[in-house]
Amino acid sequence: MVFERYVEVGRVALVSCGPYKGKVCAIIDVIDQNRALVEGPSTKQGEEGVPRQAIRFKLLQLLPYKIKIAHTTRSKALKSAWDKESISTKWTTSIVCQKLDARKRRQLLTDFDRFKLMKTKQRRQRLIRLCMGPKPKDKANK
Amino acid sequence: MKFGGDLHQYEVMGRKVPKLESEKSPLYKMNIFAPDDIVAKSRFWYFIKRFKKVKHSNGEIISVRQIYEKKPLKIKNFGVWLRYDSRSGTHNMYKEYRDLTTEAAVTSCYREMGARHRARAHNIHILRVKEVPAAQCRRPHVQQFRNSKIKFPLPHRVVGNWNRPRFTTTRPRTSFK
Repeated sequence: MVFERYVEVGRVALVSCGPYKGKVCAIIDVIDQNRALVEGPSTKQGEEGVPRQAIRFKLLQLLPYKIKIAHTTRSKALKSAWDKESISTKWTTSIVCQKLDARKRRQLLTDFDRFKLMKTKQRRQRLIRLCMGPKPKDKANK
Repeated sequence: MKFGGDLHQYEVMGRKVPKLESEKSPLYKMNIFAPDDIVAKSRFWYFIKRFKKVKHSNGEIISVRQIYEKKPLKIKNFGVWLRYDSRSGTHNMYKEYRDLTTEAAVTSCYREMGARHRARAHNIHILRVKEVPAAQCRRPHVQQFRNSKIKFPLPHRVVGNWNRPRFTTTRPRTSFK
């Protein structure tokens, strides 16, 4: 079984649990078998990144992006390497990020929003059915 | 003595209360790892009593100060020298930990001693904790991380989502490339 995503210095990972859930960070160094030292600059404006800390590998999901940094680089050098590879853009345009955002939006819907969504879907379906025309009589199922 | 949660490092200083005004009693200082300062003071008396002719009843604690890690974001290799009582005798040990702070390393030590040797916290004396340079590390589980180009995959990932759903017909996904 060939692996493509390795835990290595510079590997970009998604934090899947905890106070920085949903945020993206880079592995700066490996502490031991279970933990990595990570740090992530902010990917969206107005949102904080992941401050430098130890996170368990169990809470990280490795992503297919990698930046070129030396182990335990400073925040500034990390940010410049991050921007050079444009990880923020790569991440926010990726399907995974978009799906996570959609899930978050769906979770924050109010009952009124769900009602509006239902009505919009209904209207859309009605328009589609109008375009399709009436259903032909099913001769095969007789 | 319960050593639950994360331990903190305290510098406790105390001395024997001098009977006469002119008498000067020596001041003793100890670095204690304890969950809070109250336990730190208690442990201070426990140790001082063993070495010197001072007890809580005839002594006074001058200061209890929490020691914070100077560089809590720097990965260090800690050597811990300890002495513990097993069921049949008392032994010395040297253990190594790779961690960010001294307190975290000592907390890991207490947990490991409990796990591997069934040693209870009150049976463990931490003799010395020192940051060891990487070249002088002796334990293989610490030495294997002495690699600036370290690289390893995460094979067979077991995701701890035990309740959703509890019964299922599909096997879990453990390989994430």
